Amino acid sequence: MLKASDRIFTNLYGTHDWHLKGAEARGDWDKTKALIAKGKDWIIQEITASGLRGRGGAGFPTGRKWGFIPSDDDKTLRYLVVNADESEPGTCKDRDILRFEPHKLIEGALIAAVAIGAHAGYIYIRGEFYAEANHVEEAIAEAYKAGLLGKNAAKSGWDFDLYVHRGAGAYICGEETALLESLEGRKGMPRLKPPFPAIVGLYGCPTIVNNVETLAVVPTILRRGASWFGGIGTPNNTGTKIYCLSGHVNTPCNVEEAMGIPLKELIEKYGGGVRGGWDNLLAVIPGGSSVPLIPKDVCEKVLMDFTSLAEVKSGLGTGGVIVMDKSTDIVRAIARLSKFYMHESCGQCTPCREGTGWMWRMLIRLADGVGNSKDIDVLEEVTYEIEGHTICALGDAAAWPVQGLIRHFRPELERRLKMNSIA
Amino acid sequence: MPKLVIDDKEIEVPEGMTVLQAAAEAGIEIPVFCYHPKLSIAGNCRMCLVEVKNTPKPVASCAMPVCEGMVIHTNSVMVEKARKGVLEFLLINHPLDCPICDQGGECDLQDITIAYGRSSSRFDLNKRAVPNKEFGPLIETAMNRCIQCTRCVRFSTEIVGISELGAMGRGEDMEIGTYLQNTITSELSGNIIDICPVGALTSKPYSFKGRSWELSHTPSIDVFDAVGSAIRVDTRGREVMRILPRQNDEVNETWISDKTRFAYDGLKYQRLDQPYARGEDGLLHPVGWNEAFSLIADRLQHVPGNHIAALAGDMVDAESMVALKDLMISLGSPHIDCRQDGVDVGVGPRCSYLFNTTIAGIEQADFCLLIGTNPRWEAPLINARIRKNYLFNNLPVASIGPFYPLGYPVKDLGDDPQTLEKILKEKPPICSALKAAQKPMLILGQGALRRADGEVILRLAQEIADKYGFVQKTWNGFNVLQTAASRVAGLDLGFLPGPKGYGTQKIVEAVKKKKIEVVYLLAADEIDVKPLESTFVIYQGHHGDRGATIADVILPGCAYTEKEGTYVNTEGRVQKTLKATPPPGEAKEDWKIIKALSDKLGLSLPYATPKEIQARLVEVNPLFDEVDRIQPSSWKPFGREGDVNPVPFEFAIKNFYMTDSISRHSRTMAKCVQQILGQEKVHA
Repeated sequence: MLKASDRIFTNLYGTHDWHLKGAEARGDWDKTKALIAKGKDWIIQEITASGLRGRGGAGFPTGRKWGFIPSDDDKTLRYLVVNADESEPGTCKDRDILRFEPHKLIEGALIAAVAIGAHAGYIYIRGEFYAEANHVEEAIAEAYKAGLLGKNAAKSGWDFDLYVHRGAGAYICGEETALLESLEGRKGMPRLKPPFPAIVGLYGCPTIVNNVETLAVVPTILRRGASWFGGIGTPNNTGTKIYCLSGHVNTPCNVEEAMGIPLKELIEKYGGGVRGGWDNLLAVIPGGSSVPLIPKDVCEKVLMDFTSLAEVKSGLGTGGVIVMDKSTDIVRAIARLSKFYMHESCGQCTPCREGTGWMWRMLIRLADGVGNSKDIDVLEEVTYEIEGHTICALGDAAAWPVQGLIRHFRPELERRLKMNSIA
Repeated sequence: MPKLVIDDKEIEVPEGMTVLQAAAEAGIEIPVFCYHPKLSIAGNCRMCLVEVKNTPKPVASCAMPVCEGMVIHTNSVMVEKARKGVLEFLLINHPLDCPICDQGGECDLQDITIAYGRSSSRFDLNKRAVPNKEFGPLIETAMNRCIQCTRCVRFSTEIVGISELGAMGRGEDMEIGTYLQNTITSELSGNIIDICPVGALTSKPYSFKGRSWELSHTPSIDVFDAVGSAIRVDTRGREVMRILPRQNDEVNETWISDKTRFAYDGLKYQRLDQPYARGEDGLLHPVGWNEAFSLIADRLQHVPGNHIAALAGDMVDAESMVALKDLMISLGSPHIDCRQDGVDVGVGPRCSYLFNTTIAGIEQADFCLLIGTNPRWEAPLINARIRKNYLFNNLPVASIGPFYPLGYPVKDLGDDPQTLEKILKEKPPICSALKAAQKPMLILGQGALRRADGEVILRLAQEIADKYGFVQKTWNGFNVLQTAASRVAGLDLGFLPGPKGYGTQKIVEAVKKKKIEVVYLLAADEIDVKPLESTFVIYQGHHGDRGATIADVILPGCAYTEKEGTYVNTEGRVQKTLKATPPPGEAKEDWKIIKALSDKLGLSLPYATPKEIQARLVEVNPLFDEVDRIQPSSWKPFGREGDVNPVPFEFAIKNFYMTDSISRHSRTMAKCVQQILGQEKVHA
């Protein structure tokens, strides 16, 4: 369990002042100049050593990502883009950072900008986050006023401008290349990779796209040292993470805890336990709606980190834990997620455009128990025909929950088909 | 040069190639839908997925650049599964109405499904229904069949430069359309029919007219403008069913203009299918060939040679022009002209009337100055090349002439011809850009030359070219954009007034003064025929158009699809048409008519076979031996000194869809005029 002193987000619940004054009192913007003075190589090295992995879902090592930016002799423009388009169902961690800890994000953005050599940064905020965008804008204005942004930001000798851009509410714009397209004023459709944004990104320039949480923890890591951050959690899954507990728990909440905390502990301790007791648990979606669900027996022991959850064929994703008790119609629940992905598919590439609708229609049929016995196999094959065959990960994200359902609840699907055939 | 292994074949390909291209080099076919060699890469159909060793997921080969040491499999289990999956997805919402689809038989989806797809469908739900869109008179839509490959969208944004198409909506509701059901206005719009891999976009005039396997294909050359696009004439029996482009990267790449593609129905209407003669009652009556020839012979008997004149039209082949020229010389007349529009230009050296940069050469230019030309209408494919250079190299373009949107940004220098003099004196700010350019080019349109001071403008253009280094050792940036397919051949053959001969304008004046008593119109329709009414007119051509209405004797000839003819395009490229259909009725090949007439007049021309007339062409100008090759012409002074008339430049073409006797009789073109140009814009 994480010590209170190891918490990075000390104002996660908005109990304190989120403005610059309050943030400074909690340690933000403390000796930022000195951190930057140690140089970009040191920053990247520290972040790499800390083992920080991207908090947006894919878990790519942040230090390595920053290292992909072309070396300094290449004098092209670079951009930093903050992905604040948090739209994954079951996830609401970035929202609270934007609301209550905006200065952590801004400071992190400045440091990251120094590390990658960017003089301009964009925060792409989800359209629905109206109040959050206001907070960030206000915080940026405060930072400018205090000389922490703009020319010679934080007296570091580095010029850095930070802009807020509000999206229009499309889930796909959280995909980093679709986000860049949207930022450039086009339809949010993911780009082909390679080239990756680190080489050809915003307006064709090298660009680093980082999640809000990733950047917000950077200043603290640098201040307290890579070894401190690396000492928390499990190997390859270091540091702290904000988990979002929702669904059938008694006290849904956001909580910052160590990586690798047992799922059961997380639910019991912070979620106040499953509604109706642990035995009433049916399944958990451990990392936002995209990852496959895990049934109760797996939940007993699994640790909340990238490696452990991958071993049980799920994923940590964004850390959005959706708890479902036995009152849940699991087929309908997954069908609803399928409908979400069908609705949010950008329509660019074939498997996702055509496959998400097909999956949803088959699922509602299966939920009603109509259809024939081959449907389950066809549905499963369809998910594998989508997975890995699309430009971006939305295809995978749409396929995984269905795969999880079939993997763990096939008997339930078969039962419904049988019931209907008897009737 | 990276080396890679594709399906156990080792191959070395140039850096920057994609895996798909490398596979094609190795002779391995990868199925594609959204990929098109002339368009940007979208990578959205996912049909071209291949397995790359050491990558967990299959990758889109159309977008993946090759790297040293890559090992690629295009036929592994993973690839096969991916292809089957993608095809299944494409087909679940595809109507499978192949029996009633015009694309049937030449459909990518059909072919690829047979090669790589499942034998039956597992999809038992309702298919998606998409409302059809109204794209105008040329393109029929069946949007249920659309597979959202976005080739048409990319074509209109990239090649045409006018974003008329887009993908509306998201996910499975994504639809291709013009947003407000607008008509597509581009002159190249027909090409989206060709690039559509399924039957979503098909030809409206051809719809339900035939099946692709019933058609015979004849490779030929287009004559609706002076570009000389490579075309394929598809015929069924005696009828031209449709016209499609052939690839010729030097000229038209894989595109053709809408007039080239759709004006063919004009070949069916108002055709001259037998000789006619004007009777005592003032009306035209059908006569036999012999009678027609006798009438001409009788008339010519009483006319001195220098009272006869001949004009050649815009679509005639070189063979008939050389024959007519020889005949006129034998008759003793110097009054011949192939410039029925009355241009004085063309008597100078070859470089003064050619598109010297060549069409492919446009891609190398780093500055383009348009003078009195609207390339979008005069030569849509040359405009597409300029657009291509703009797209890839941001080519700066400036224009002296009326404003017309061309699909790329153009610096408007006004329409005052005197601007040319100012540029020569380095006055306008554009001059600094001209000076800085390494490979500048200018395009002189017929609108600038079809004036009394045409030759003065020509001289000014040459002086500008000399001053700003348009002409270098390996670069000639001086271009005249011809609009008539026959013009360069006519000029090369010297179908021009001989010593003391009259040009077009003087012939018309001489008719009024009774100094010309017989006029031979070789398919010349683009002139004001009123003044010729008083004289004896022999009209030889394929359509009952303007020239035929005032003719005293009509000799029915062949249209370009009905004969083997030689044409020289605006670059000076010699190309040949082939005979796709027989001419209607008693119509004959044009040069043979002239040959037969010469026999009747007792002035037998010394050639009777196609081989002999070819030899005659080469004898007159050896360039005709160089088929499909361009001979660079040497740079010599041309034009004349004089004052520029300040009357603003006008475009040579006022109505793109109706420029000649064929397109004027095309119903499709008439619909285009009505629906695309709108009533108020019609000038023809």
